[in-house]
Amino acid sequence: MPELTTEVERLSLVIEIGGMPVRVHTSDRGFLNMLQDRYAGFVTSADRAGRAEIDFDIELTPTRFVDPEAGVRVTRRQGRWTIERGDFRAEWEPASRTGWIRQSANPYSIDAVLRIVHTLVLARQGGFLLHSASAIRNGKAFLFAGVSEAGKTTISRLAPPDATLLTDEISYVRKQDVRTQDVRKEDAGYVAYGTPFTGELAKLGENVSAPVAALYLLAKGAENRIDPIPPAVAARSLLANLLFFAEDEELVQATFHSAFEFVSRVPVSRLTFVPDARVWELIG
Amino acid sequence: MSKLYVARNPKVAARSLDGEMMIMSGRDSTLFTLNKTATILWQSADGTTPLDEIVARRICSEFEVEPIEALHDAENLARELASHEILQISEEPIPPRNPVAGESRTGESQ
Repeated sequence: MPELTTEVERLSLVIEIGGMPVRVHTSDRGFLNMLQDRYAGFVTSADRAGRAEIDFDIELTPTRFVDPEAGVRVTRRQGRWTIERGDFRAEWEPASRTGWIRQSANPYSIDAVLRIVHTLVLARQGGFLLHSASAIRNGKAFLFAGVSEAGKTTISRLAPPDATLLTDEISYVRKQDVRTQDVRKEDAGYVAYGTPFTGELAKLGENVSAPVAALYLLAKGAENRIDPIPPAVAARSLLANLLFFAEDEELVQATFHSAFEFVSRVPVSRLTFVPDARVWELIG
Repeated sequence: MSKLYVARNPKVAARSLDGEMMIMSGRDSTLFTLNKTATILWQSADGTTPLDEIVARRICSEFEVEPIEALHDAENLARELASHEILQISEEPIPPRNPVAGESRTGESQ
């Protein structure tokens, strides 16, 4: 009797953001090609990437109506994270470094899963994702934080040719530790990485990184100027702009303290600017 | 009249910076900034000192306010903070659970 099974092709690619490789597996070549385009510059060959931090199996489902207002829910139970929104459901087990995503063949659902997973990983390491544009100039990274309409896209669009855009929407900040000779860990500061998470500019950031030199809180005004702000205001503003989704006391506390740690180490100022390129004379 | 005891909820994260006490709910990530009176109440909420003693020692000594009025306001404040799960309140002393999880200080002594 003939075998009634067929072998399903398993296709993989690695999306590496912030130095963290995430391998995704799918049986749909069209979807794989879409991911390759979507994350161009952040995709590594699955063979060359070595051990991934997470392996996600993607199960594609038929497209269905989704409530655009449906909120995201991120919960942890018995060492396993569940991430849900109207358009997808995912699970991830950090101990085994494996998970799955059930979604239709669209780029938005996996993008949301990746953002959330990165916030969860970073929260344990003193880092975070921040609603901010960021760019590298003269070897240093500068972050420009603000809510929608604050000017993140505008300041990105005005960046001079010698500035390398990391993102116009969501910055990736990792705390970097170094080991000193006496083997004590000493904080070396923060590093900003390029991300493929775009805003209105719809342009992927460069996949490079640099030490964070400053965080600017954006404000539009009649002149270009930088003003100091009290540390408490800096901390509050940073917290207001962090991306964080998990209903998890331990990670909430870790993220809260990370924000204070950051403002104690990185200069935070208010950057008021008129929408023209001269504002960049103040940066770098 | 029974005494009221207040204790910090160990499940919230708290930091004092430049005289401003900020607290984040571990449950839903809501950020609270406490005013001066609420900060005193938070700092004194050890679970074993009755609220009227906290008011007499820490609040009436610092603000020009009648003790009865101050106690009434402090009770309301404590109940409000408890509704956000920042404080626990009880008519019995509240035994310490964990160390005050998540609390640390930045730039100011408490």
